[in-house]
Amino acid sequence: MMKFEQVVQKNVNAITWTSAALIVIGFLGETMGLQLVYTVAFVLASIIAATPIIIRAVEALKVRVIGIELLVSIAVVGAFVIQEFNESAIVTFLFLFGSFLEAKTLAKTRESIKTLTEMAPTTAEVVQADGSIEETDVDDVDEGDIVLVKTGGQVPIDGDIVEGSGYLNEASVTGESKLVSKQESDSVYSGTILDNGTLKVKATKVGDDTTFAKIVELVEDAQDTKSHAEKFIDQFAKYYTPAVLILALLVGFISRDFRLAITVLVLGCPGALVIGAPVSNVAGIGNGAKNGVLIKGGEVVDTFAKIDTLVFDKTGTLTKGHTEVSDMKSYTPEQSQALAYAAKLESQSDHPLGKAITTYAQKNQIAFQDLQVTENNTIKGQGIEAQIAGHQILVGNQKLLTSQQLELSAQEVSDLQALQATGSSTVIVAVDHQVQLIIGVSDVIRDNVKENLAALKQLGIKKLVMLTGDNEITAKHVATQLGIDEVHANLLPENKVTFVKQLKDAGHKVAFVGDGINDSPSIATADIGIAMGGGTDVAIETSDIVLMQSSFQELVHAYGLAKKTVANTRQNITIAIGTVIFLLIGLIFGYIYMASGMFVHEASILVVIFNAMRLIRYRALTEK
Amino acid sequence: MTKAVLQLGALTCPSCMQKIQGALEKQAGVQKVKVLFNASKVKLEFDDSANTADALAEVVKKLGYEVKSVKVKQPAE
Repeated sequence: MMKFEQVVQKNVNAITWTSAALIVIGFLGETMGLQLVYTVAFVLASIIAATPIIIRAVEALKVRVIGIELLVSIAVVGAFVIQEFNESAIVTFLFLFGSFLEAKTLAKTRESIKTLTEMAPTTAEVVQADGSIEETDVDDVDEGDIVLVKTGGQVPIDGDIVEGSGYLNEASVTGESKLVSKQESDSVYSGTILDNGTLKVKATKVGDDTTFAKIVELVEDAQDTKSHAEKFIDQFAKYYTPAVLILALLVGFISRDFRLAITVLVLGCPGALVIGAPVSNVAGIGNGAKNGVLIKGGEVVDTFAKIDTLVFDKTGTLTKGHTEVSDMKSYTPEQSQALAYAAKLESQSDHPLGKAITTYAQKNQIAFQDLQVTENNTIKGQGIEAQIAGHQILVGNQKLLTSQQLELSAQEVSDLQALQATGSSTVIVAVDHQVQLIIGVSDVIRDNVKENLAALKQLGIKKLVMLTGDNEITAKHVATQLGIDEVHANLLPENKVTFVKQLKDAGHKVAFVGDGINDSPSIATADIGIAMGGGTDVAIETSDIVLMQSSFQELVHAYGLAKKTVANTRQNITIAIGTVIFLLIGLIFGYIYMASGMFVHEASILVVIFNAMRLIRYRALTEK
Repeated sequence: MTKAVLQLGALTCPSCMQKIQGALEKQAGVQKVKVLFNASKVKLEFDDSANTADALAEVVKKLGYEVKSVKVKQPAE
């Protein structure tokens, strides 16, 4: 018996096509006036198409579930009994054909997650104690094993490079397919692809503990974490299906109209209603995952769409979190030469501002490494006084100049003050007692933040708030540049939590955007916690939404997507309820019968799936 | 408590989910069942002295669903 059932289920598609062919033969027989051909073809079609449906219905009943299949089975058997063979044949065929199309189209909405899981590595080349290489299943690799990754190969574990270097495509973890250069002692992630080079990697995390595995798990769980609407409908469907059965019985008893009773059974199938809401969320969350936005479930989508207040942490969120040269005032035609001197001296010190200056010089391709420093005095709290190629160089603050009896001109003083007013730190460079450069160093704002914040406001955010532990001047400067509505500076992490609570108490729907590590309390307190920065466990675990590339474009995309997904769910529920009402009216006025009812049903299911599929292609406004 | 993940062939009807959930919950030793509809996966937690992952996979097969792979994770002790 078991065997038979499995054979039937495996060949459902063949069964569907056979019954379609038989139905065509039946109709041909009818038009040619061959009553026998007509009857035999429809009887056969009904029997073979009903078999898989009845099997499923019985299986479900065994676990005490009254499914759609049961409604259809009873209706079909009923139609058969009253010898409405064409009706029973068409209903069963439509039901099977509908499930076939449903499976095909559903697969489309799940595509993004499937591509994600297909990216998962399966084998690893593990370096053995004797230096030989053994191909191993990823599940059998242990922490501490050394794994070899060749050009074009996939990194099978999370780990640190112990030998070699190369360029990696980290799209599977960050959504960004730009190549990243990695050297010895850098971390690499499972699922990323080595575009060029050869690496030996020491495994730090394997199997389900890798970042990639966690992302996959999160997205899988998220697509099944139900929104309020879905939960409601689930509950509804649980009672709805048996209720239809009872209703059909009552109709049969009262009206004594067997046909009417079985028609009620077919029309009552809760098709589009059950699938409409989840399919929107699956498509929406899938779209997010593909674009570097991890959203933890339907409920998060719902809540995020209602958010009207965005609260940002400054350092590491609105800004890049590390200092860069943000401005440079020059008082010499030999600007590059002066910068080279400064960079050379800073490259020998470990002052935090120094690193910003050497990086800046490197970026502008100014050669400074070959300069010869003949004398070098570091004066604490002031700067450096040195001799390079016969020139006396001063790199430091105003105190250093004063100690060398050097005075700033009126112009230089005003430039210096202007830089300090923006919250920048300043470094003055003088060559042979001539002030040549004033360099401003500050924590730089991320790219395109201003435009993206404006886009968020356009999408419906009412208030932008910045909370920071930094000083008032810097905070105000960043806020005015970006068009932030409200700023609070000099805050400790616990003060930030208090502010988030106050905003919530004032009736705002608050999302907190932070870097995911030191902002966890605020992320947890807000209605929606958003973590910038992918690849960190903490960010993935504590927040509701993770922006893998830490870009504001992703934030705009996430917000727009949430709004679109919620709207899409509403449309689908409207379509589903509309279908039921339409069928009911049709039934009352006698326009709708079993086969046509089934057709409308299956069509409505496809309509909601196609509607949801529009979400897969959604892109937020600002993306180019 | 042993954890197991069954990868099934693509699930298409939400009622399949209820079926699998209901059937597995009734098996001996099973503590927690989570059917992931969209990923077509079943996550199980069960007492390995009362049942085995393969036996549970068999239950799902008997309902008429394909089981593509069974992954078992023993608790770290």
